[in-house]
Parts: sequence; structure tokens; C-alpha cells
Amino acid sequence: MNIWIAVAVTAVGCYAVKLIGLLVPAGVLERPLVRRLAALLPVALLAALTAQQTFADGTTLVLDAKAAGLAAAAVALILRAPFLVVVAAAVVVTAGLRAVTG
Amino acid sequence: MTSAGSGLSVLQTCALSLLVFTGASQFALVGAIAAGGNPLTAAAGAFFLGVRNSFYGLRLSQLLALPRVVRPFAAHWVIDETTAVSLAQPTRRSARIGFTVTGLTLYVLWNLTTLLGALGAEAIGDTDAWGLDAAGPAVFLALLAPMLRTSTERAVAGIAVILGLGLLPVLPAGVPVLVAALAAPAVLCAEGRRAARRTTGKNPQEDPQKADGRQGEGR
Repeated sequence: MNIWIAVAVTAVGCYAVKLIGLLVPAGVLERPLVRRLAALLPVALLAALTAQQTFADGTTLVLDAKAAGLAAAAVALILRAPFLVVVAAAVVVTAGLRAVTG
Repeated sequence: MTSAGSGLSVLQTCALSLLVFTGASQFALVGAIAAGGNPLTAAAGAFFLGVRNSFYGLRLSQLLALPRVVRPFAAHWVIDETTAVSLAQPTRRSARIGFTVTGLTLYVLWNLTTLLGALGAEAIGDTDAWGLDAAGPAVFLALLAPMLRTSTERAVAGIAVILGLGLLPVLPAGVPVLVAALAAPAVLCAEGRRAARRTTGKNPQEDPQKADGRQGEGR
């Protein structure tokens, strides 16, 4: 049930910000500082989420096969691989390492 | 696609895709719930990721000049891809067509693949054995990588990682991510102070063109 609430809140919130952009007169959000902040917030959130999903199990920090998977994804990104190849690299390396180490 | 492995049902996954329709926010919500986060803090994180669509909307509303009645419907399709296609069009007419066609195709395809992915993950069973739990962070990394253009973005990302991981054992689930978001205003603030010091150290009348160029680079 809680997840349904989260889905609903996200849906309403994300729709609202899209609509605001279309309705708000230009100039209010056009200030450079607001723009810079809006561009940097996703960077901070994505970086923190990436790290947490890779190195966290609940509230404890762990180092497991996912770290190798993420490293593979990073290599694929540096080689400018397409999006699906990047994700596939992470999945295959993680699964492979787990299969080898049991 | 990855959400079925993290505690969301097929129905919840599809509802999310249909109603939110912003990839980064969907992944963020699912990821935060999978990491054991409070659903509401997860929603807050997803919301912040969706805020950039506001800025797309600003550019698009001038470009497309949509009638007021159409705007609430068009708003749902204001995302990275439709904005990119619309801005690349030479005329208003082709921009409108580009927006509609891109929006419609992406909406249909995105939701179909979500359904297939969710059903597929349910059929597979233990998603961890297949390494599918690594797909979430890999998706985030792929979204993040093109944003890390300058040292400012890299500084924000680095601080956010340290905050996100360092505070994880001591704060309730979901909160460290929100604290990590403070890396963005913190770095902006430090950068602004440094820029102010640089400009006061020089004579602004000496070479105004050069000063302008430097400011432009910072943006």
C-alpha cells in the first residue's frame, strides 16, 4: 500500500513540474542560479543513488559482485557503448562473478 | 524493467510507467524503494529528478505556442527526448509534429517494454542470481555519465557519493540521499564565492570581452 502512495505522489509531482514549465511565464525560472541548481540536483541524486545501490545492503555497506558489475558498466560508458550494452555489461559481469564464486 | 526485482508488483510497475513517464524518476523511485528506503523519501528523490522537465517546458511553451486547453495534455510528454527533437526542428509546425510523434511513439514503446520487462522478471524468479540487481546502478551511471562534463558536476557527484554512503549507516533509510542532494547548492555556493573573488581581484574595465567569455564557460 505504501508503495502505491509513493507511485501516486511521484506521478502527481512529476506531472505538476512538467505542467508548471508550460504554464509559468518565462523569466521566473530562467534565472541562472535556479537553472544551475536544477541541472546539478540530478547529478547529486544520481551519484548518491548509484553508490548506495552498489555498495549498500539495507543500512550496512557491502562490497560484492555488483561493484564489479558497475565497473564493467563504467568501462562500457568510457568506450561509448550504447545504453543497453552498458546495462547488459553490468548484469553479465555480476551474474558471472556470482556463478564463479558461488 | 528493473523494478519487478525490487518489491514492486507488475501492476505497480506499469502504473508507474504510465503515470510518471520520466525514466530517471521511475528508476530513482524504484531504486530507492529497493535500497530499503521509505516510500515517501523515495518519491521526493524521484520528484527532484523530474524538476528538470519544468525547464524543458519553459523552452517548449515558447517554441510550440500551444493553446491553453492542450497544455495539460501535452505536459505529460514533456521529457528529454521530445524536447531534444522539438528544439531541433526549423519551424513551429515541424516542431509540433516532432513533439507529438516522438511523444506518442515513446509513450507506447516505453510502456510496452515496461510490461514485458516486469512480466519477464516475474517469470525469472530470483533476479539476484541473474545479476539483475546490478542493472539499477548501471542505469543510473549511464544517465549520470553524460552530465559529468565539467569539474563542477564531478565535484557535486563526488561529494554526493561520500555523503550518500557515509551517512547510510547512521541516518534512517532514504534520508542520506536527500542530504546528498545538498552537494548541489553547496558546490554552487563555493563556486560563486570563488568567482566573486576572481572578479574583484581584476579590473573589470580592462578587457570586458574576456570577462564575458569566462562567465559563459562557467554556465
